[in-house]
Amino acid sequence: MAKIQKSEVEHVAKLARLTFSQAEIDSLTDQLNDILTYIGKLEELDSTGVEPTTHALKLTNCFRGDEVGESLPVDEALSNAPQREGGAFVVPRII
Amino acid sequence: MANLVDLTISSLRQLLDQREVSAVEVTRAYLERIEKVDSKIKAYLTVTGDQAMEAARAADEHMASGETAPLTGIPLGIKDVICTKGVPTTCASRMLEGFIPPYNATLMERLNGQHAVILGKLNMDEFAMGSSTENSAFFPTHNPWDLKRIPGGSSGGSAASVAARTCAGSFGSDTGGSIRQPASHCGVVGIKPTYGRVSRFGLIAFASSLDQIGPIARDVTDCAILLEAASGYDPKDSTSVNKQVPSYIGSLKEGLKGLRIGVPEEYFIPGMDPEVEEAIRNGVSTLKEQGAEIIDINLPHTEFAVATYYIIAPAEASSNLSRYDGVKYGFRAEGYRDLLEMYTRTRSAGFGPEVKRRIMVGTYCLSAGYYDAYYKKASKVRTLITRDFQDAFARCDCIAAPVAPTPAFELGEKKDDPLQMYLSDIFTIPVNLAGIPSISVPCGISKEGLPIGMQLMAGHFQEETIFKVAYNLELTLGKIGDWPEI
Repeated sequence: MAKIQKSEVEHVAKLARLTFSQAEIDSLTDQLNDILTYIGKLEELDSTGVEPTTHALKLTNCFRGDEVGESLPVDEALSNAPQREGGAFVVPRII
Repeated sequence: MANLVDLTISSLRQLLDQREVSAVEVTRAYLERIEKVDSKIKAYLTVTGDQAMEAARAADEHMASGETAPLTGIPLGIKDVICTKGVPTTCASRMLEGFIPPYNATLMERLNGQHAVILGKLNMDEFAMGSSTENSAFFPTHNPWDLKRIPGGSSGGSAASVAARTCAGSFGSDTGGSIRQPASHCGVVGIKPTYGRVSRFGLIAFASSLDQIGPIARDVTDCAILLEAASGYDPKDSTSVNKQVPSYIGSLKEGLKGLRIGVPEEYFIPGMDPEVEEAIRNGVSTLKEQGAEIIDINLPHTEFAVATYYIIAPAEASSNLSRYDGVKYGFRAEGYRDLLEMYTRTRSAGFGPEVKRRIMVGTYCLSAGYYDAYYKKASKVRTLITRDFQDAFARCDCIAAPVAPTPAFELGEKKDDPLQMYLSDIFTIPVNLAGIPSISVPCGISKEGLPIGMQLMAGHFQEETIFKVAYNLELTLGKIGDWPEI
């Protein structure tokens, strides 16, 4: 499998909403290459026609009646907010 | 009377029921023990002394009025990945430092319903990512059998506290071996139940298709008592399974006659510690002497399990951990100019190196152009690994194997080599991919005095078989050694 380049690591960091220093990008590129080379081992296996497993047990959808139940009071739901105002979370201006 | 903290849950139960001790006395003994030795072990992130004493008094009142459940008045520790209402729950991460859940995990509701006593929250690898508890953002935990060594991980605090007798039993979580590997390294008993057996509601998510809560205890009987208390259907967890919970304690004393135990060739690899191999072979012979039929089996895709896991688990983690954005709870960085910068600064400062590494691997594997090559491929290999187990369980009732290729390694030994650290989970990962139950039970001790655990696996919802075999092994082998002094 092709090696991951520093520019790709930077792109993936952007997707993951993470920032790294140049030194971190360098060591991360090496580490990711080690890990990706190792997981590239799966290419050895022919998996044509094998169904993918996304869930260990064959469960069907789990439905419940659409009934009003108890929910967390607004004040408690907001109790861990880094910044709040009244009944809302405060975030930086977007538009 | 023996020191209260050295007693098993089942012995404590008898003493409590016969009014020979009170829950308050037992709880006080544990809090004193924590005060005395936890500075050396560092298993606890939070000790909830006042709440524990209050819960102990309530437990005594309930017992006085004749309302006694199996865990009434029993002091337990909880891995800090499980939400406890009103008590800090950090996942050993700066990201959740100061987070106080406004609700209880279903596990906590079940334990409170039995009037168990909660002593505090236990250390772990950050967000349960790691095999040594060195990835805790706060401090590493030490192995009670040798303080220079790791207790295993990610539920290192949960296993170390049970071995150090700073709790009577504990709960951890297991995504790729995080209950079994530390249990093996600390000489205690830990089970990862079938996926769906124990509700995950309130368990902070790492990899949702693999995560499962399970107990760690001093012996097999205690482990069975704890799992019975934790198990059952929960409408709040759509993956929990609506299936009756059998009496695990009731199944312990059945003999092994007619039981077929498979030994997989692929779990005895070059490079594994000869003492581990010897302990496991010796344990298997013991089971044979007890009447089990031993057969050789193959799990041909074992060598692909770690690679499969290190695609699926980081992929799920990268998605699960996107919720940590500095908006709703937890840490928020300062000095940002806009929303995007608030996200990136918060996440970059709040997560530790291993968590970021896995988010990066997961994001890459799911990104455009790579999804088929990595995630889809891994999901297909997961099917092949699951089929291996299905084929094996057509021939045997239970599989016996090592838990880890070596006993506990030294603190710092693998910290700078992520891939080497990943490979220490080589024997525990396949079980999570297949969703089957598996226990680690002590079966020997190395020349250096380090515990070695045997892994016993069975088909979905066959925990009774596992407990029966583990109980027989424990009974026949006897204790692997006295609990470490500390």
